[in-house]
Amino acid sequence: MLHIVKKDVPKNREKIVVRLSAVLAALAVASIIVLVAGANPIELYIGIFQGCFGSVYRFSATIEKMVPLLVLSLGVMVAFKMRFWNIGAEGQFQMGAVGTTLVVRLLPDLPLPIMLVLMIVASFAFGAVWLMIPAFFKARFGTNETLFTLMLNYIALTLVTALQYDFWKDPAANGMPKIANLPENALLPSVSGFNLSILMAVVIILAMYYFTNRSKIGFEIAVLGESENTARYIGINVTKTIIIAALVSGGLCGIVGMMQTTGVSGALSTEITGGLGFTAIIVAWLSGLKVPFVVVNSFAFAVLLQGASYIQTAFQIPGSVAEMIQAIILFFILGSEFVLQYRFVSDKTKSEVA
Amino acid sequence: MNNDYVVKMENITKVFGKVKALDHVEFSLKKGEVHAILGENGAGKSSLMNVLNGIYMPDEGQIEVKGQLVNINSPKIALDLGIGMLPQHYKLVDVFSAMENVAAGSRKTTPFLNKKKILDEMGKLITQLGMDINPNKKVYEMSVAEKQSLEIFKVLYRGADILILDEPTAVLTPQEIKNLFEIVKKMVATGCSVIIITHKLEEVMEISDRITIMRKGTTIQTVNKEETTPQELAGMMVGDVMELNIPYVPVERGGKCLEVKDITAVDRNKVHILDHVSFDLYAGEILGVAGIAGSGQKELCEGIAGLYHLKSGEIIFEGENIVGKNPEKISQMGISLSFVPEDRLGMGLVSSMDIIDNVLLKDYRNKKGMGISREVSRDKAEALVERLNVSTPAIENHAVSLLSGGNIQKVLLGREIELEPKLLVTAYATRGLDVGSSQIIYELLNEQKVRMKPIMYVGEDLDVLMSLCDRILVLCEGRVTGIVDPRKTTKEAIGLMMSGVRSEGEEACSIS
Repeated sequence: MLHIVKKDVPKNREKIVVRLSAVLAALAVASIIVLVAGANPIELYIGIFQGCFGSVYRFSATIEKMVPLLVLSLGVMVAFKMRFWNIGAEGQFQMGAVGTTLVVRLLPDLPLPIMLVLMIVASFAFGAVWLMIPAFFKARFGTNETLFTLMLNYIALTLVTALQYDFWKDPAANGMPKIANLPENALLPSVSGFNLSILMAVVIILAMYYFTNRSKIGFEIAVLGESENTARYIGINVTKTIIIAALVSGGLCGIVGMMQTTGVSGALSTEITGGLGFTAIIVAWLSGLKVPFVVVNSFAFAVLLQGASYIQTAFQIPGSVAEMIQAIILFFILGSEFVLQYRFVSDKTKSEVA
Repeated sequence: MNNDYVVKMENITKVFGKVKALDHVEFSLKKGEVHAILGENGAGKSSLMNVLNGIYMPDEGQIEVKGQLVNINSPKIALDLGIGMLPQHYKLVDVFSAMENVAAGSRKTTPFLNKKKILDEMGKLITQLGMDINPNKKVYEMSVAEKQSLEIFKVLYRGADILILDEPTAVLTPQEIKNLFEIVKKMVATGCSVIIITHKLEEVMEISDRITIMRKGTTIQTVNKEETTPQELAGMMVGDVMELNIPYVPVERGGKCLEVKDITAVDRNKVHILDHVSFDLYAGEILGVAGIAGSGQKELCEGIAGLYHLKSGEIIFEGENIVGKNPEKISQMGISLSFVPEDRLGMGLVSSMDIIDNVLLKDYRNKKGMGISREVSRDKAEALVERLNVSTPAIENHAVSLLSGGNIQKVLLGREIELEPKLLVTAYATRGLDVGSSQIIYELLNEQKVRMKPIMYVGEDLDVLMSLCDRILVLCEGRVTGIVDPRKTTKEAIGLMMSGVRSEGEEACSIS
């Protein structure tokens, strides 16, 4: 019989080696699928690279995919640091977009700078409230936040559906269920495909780095996540800390709603999140809840996303093949975590020791 | 003659790392007897039973069950041999009924539950033993005593005739204990043999036929109940006073610093875990707290630190009643608690953080503004590591959970002392430490005492308590059974108090 035993903490060098080999192995396995789909794997992989970095336009598309994922990942990271399993980033994203659209609908004629500030505030508030609801119930009554945040995703989605099909339906869209595009004075300014959200993301990265590593509240969140007993023992106000962490986590996810509506899609819709709220969970986790790694990993994921959409058109392969490649790479990387943390021991050696 | 013994364990030795948990232990169980194993914490009682139950494999020695030499390497094999152990923490499915819990995991259970058959069989056993079990009652509706009966029942239903009860009375009320003993007597009458682990002398005298006394991993003696007295047992349990190299530093004690008046607390099972506890603590003294594990030491420490809810009573510190204040306030007043729980890292330290961050835990509030600075803490951590000789590869990016137990404790206690608290409460400060490290801790405490700090020291080892402390407060089941001067009393006397016998002339010696 084989037993699975937890390993000692792996060294950094080992981590890098294992993960790199996981990616290479994944590419090798994915090649089989690519061959079946009738393309040359090597050319295809070069194609992915070209699709991401081949031109300024393509690079901007990569960055455009990276920004929302990055900010969402930082958002869930804060909650995860506290062992508060916020899997409701999708919903907070949606609600942030709702908040943004609401500002435009109420005050359509504001000048751009004021409009942007108001939209940021509103989206942050909407996302934050959406997470503070489960946080409050968790702090007060000990409810399970995993289920609670997950279910709030569907409530948010249903709300947006109702807005899109009824309350905010654009009368000028010839009966199409669609919310009207934002006016010019509510769109993020952009330079050759790079819009202002990149700057916002840089500010957020720096702020979150300070928050998690250098601030009192960030320290308290980490302590609380590791051991509630210790937190109580050194006199941390548990309820207050949970609420603040939820505010930051939900707020960041909310801001993504604003970035996407005003910078990419131009209008609120049910498809606006594209499942990024769930991908962010993987990114945050793979990054070990550390800000620099979140940045690196969200870039890597953006490359995968952008590369996949590029090769579909460039190589005329079905979208599902691109998705399969993505999935295989992800599967191997997640699997390598197991190799890093556990090893197999056979029964025989164990009984000899005993 | 040999057939009279259902279990014979010979020369059992079990080593964990450097510690000999069991050192050539002899134990035997006769058919149809109740055999008590008596000993202080860490005497090896549970380890021995875990060997018998197949949880630990002995490094040396042999086990005979019912006349046959056996090799027990899992609880399943133990059960095949008829050995069943009642877990200290019940393993029942809350939302299942009693009957379903019995059926779950039993090898007699068929793939489709034959409820009627199980109920019939259960009914027979229940009437035979006179147990109070309703097969249809859900576990979450049961009291602790009912859950315990159910656990016993489960083991018996699976065919065990050698039953190991590990501290079964710790969680029960006196009436429930009486019921349990009735059941034990009936089980024995039907041919079962029972091993009961306990440290309560009265219970031992009431229920058992033979008694094995263990101390520090060895069997001291096995005696018949008729031929012994509680005094003799207590003496064997604690042993002779050992000469330890712990200097007692005489200090003229100062004024009263802490006054604990009549504090009472209840635990989750509504059992009084602290029962009208009162004592005073003076500047420049070390007040030892002795008692069997779980007698209320943890709750007393946490109660003082504001972490455990006290039902009634007062704690006066610097002229103010601190009961009801939050932990933050209390720690700002200068009361420091360094409690080393069984898992050592549960409270006080954050296991995944490095030494600097753990020092920072108590420091970070002192800096103004929103940020934290690791510079001050780094200096402190460096000083701490050097002064207490903590062996660690680094103070940064090296989680404290990777350090050895002794080093973790040095970090914890060192940090607390560094804070210059006005009152130091420390529990199990030397648990798991080697002699050298313990010595450093004792010296640290004595140093604080000389500086006229009041210190409360909760300990396990009576020898240490008796050499180190100025006075010893003895707790038993949440009650104070005596406050004595260790230089004017005997170890046996304290051992008796730990087992619930109240001392005569309580407090008499503390006035001197």
